[in-house]
Amino acid sequence: MGRVGVVTFPGSLDDGDAARAVRLAGGEPVRLWHGDADLKGVDAVVLPGGFSYGDYLRCGAIARFAPVMEPLVDAARGGLPVLGICNGFQVLCEAHLLPGALVRNDHRTFVCTDQRLRVENAATAWTHEYASGEEVVVPLKNGEGGYLADEATLDRLEGEGLVALRYVVPEGGRNPNGSARDIAGVANAAGNVVGLMPHPEHAVEAGYGPDPRTGTAGTDGLRFFSSVLRQLVS
Amino acid sequence: MGRVVVEIMPKPEILDPQGKAVAGALPRLGFGRFTGVRQGKRFELEVEGEVTPEVLEEAARAAEVLLSNPVIEDVVRVAPVEADAATTTLAGGTT
Repeated sequence: MGRVGVVTFPGSLDDGDAARAVRLAGGEPVRLWHGDADLKGVDAVVLPGGFSYGDYLRCGAIARFAPVMEPLVDAARGGLPVLGICNGFQVLCEAHLLPGALVRNDHRTFVCTDQRLRVENAATAWTHEYASGEEVVVPLKNGEGGYLADEATLDRLEGEGLVALRYVVPEGGRNPNGSARDIAGVANAAGNVVGLMPHPEHAVEAGYGPDPRTGTAGTDGLRFFSSVLRQLVS
Repeated sequence: MGRVVVEIMPKPEILDPQGKAVAGALPRLGFGRFTGVRQGKRFELEVEGEVTPEVLEEAARAAEVLLSNPVIEDVVRVAPVEADAATTTLAGGTT
């Protein structure tokens, strides 16, 4: 059984749900503490959502320098699968494991909704159980979820297929937080590090995820976790 | 005790929703002449003793590594607090 670490920072909120998603996908969640520079030999790591260190300074800016991040950054550069969800995505950007930055939503309000996404890159460690171009619905909840990078970086991400997920925007509509090119999630070139603002860990059990009126079973997020577990087995 | 001021601003091409919110509120309060607002951050770093060139250099590095995110922000000022007397006076209202 794959052992997937879930880091808890002061102010993490979704670490419990992330651990639960790992369990429901058939893995063994291992709780990791921000203050310990020890990954406990896990096979993959999830950086969960929340407001680490109160989001003081910038979202993820202080968490990036937590003791646990030292071995994590090295391991991620060496190929360890790492998924950053929401605040975890912000931490990965601040740690320069992923390019770009997340800024306050352009409409200045917190967004909380069942969000339709398109899987653009189904070859990463965390998305290979999806079909390329498949649409899924998972919750999205953030105040600072606008993904930004300079134009050259955005062009490179597009060109190299590193846009992992995109918001599905209705004709004439706009994406939920002002993200450049409707980007909801990005991957590194090796495909082991993925970050996204939406919350797949909140869509892993029918009845406890997105509303059935979205036309989904509410379990569209589960395959993020089964993808990485399957990869660990093979 | 010496003090270094570090000022950070969102890059000009980055949308600044906080500044926009303030800009929207000003005319409602009768401050109609301000056509735009951008909101940044100001840090005051304290050191034992004088603010030497080495202290300023270290403050500049801290500004790049931690205080700012170069993807979205510019460090616009790193200076000893003495050179900041005008601002201090205004804030203190002692003119």
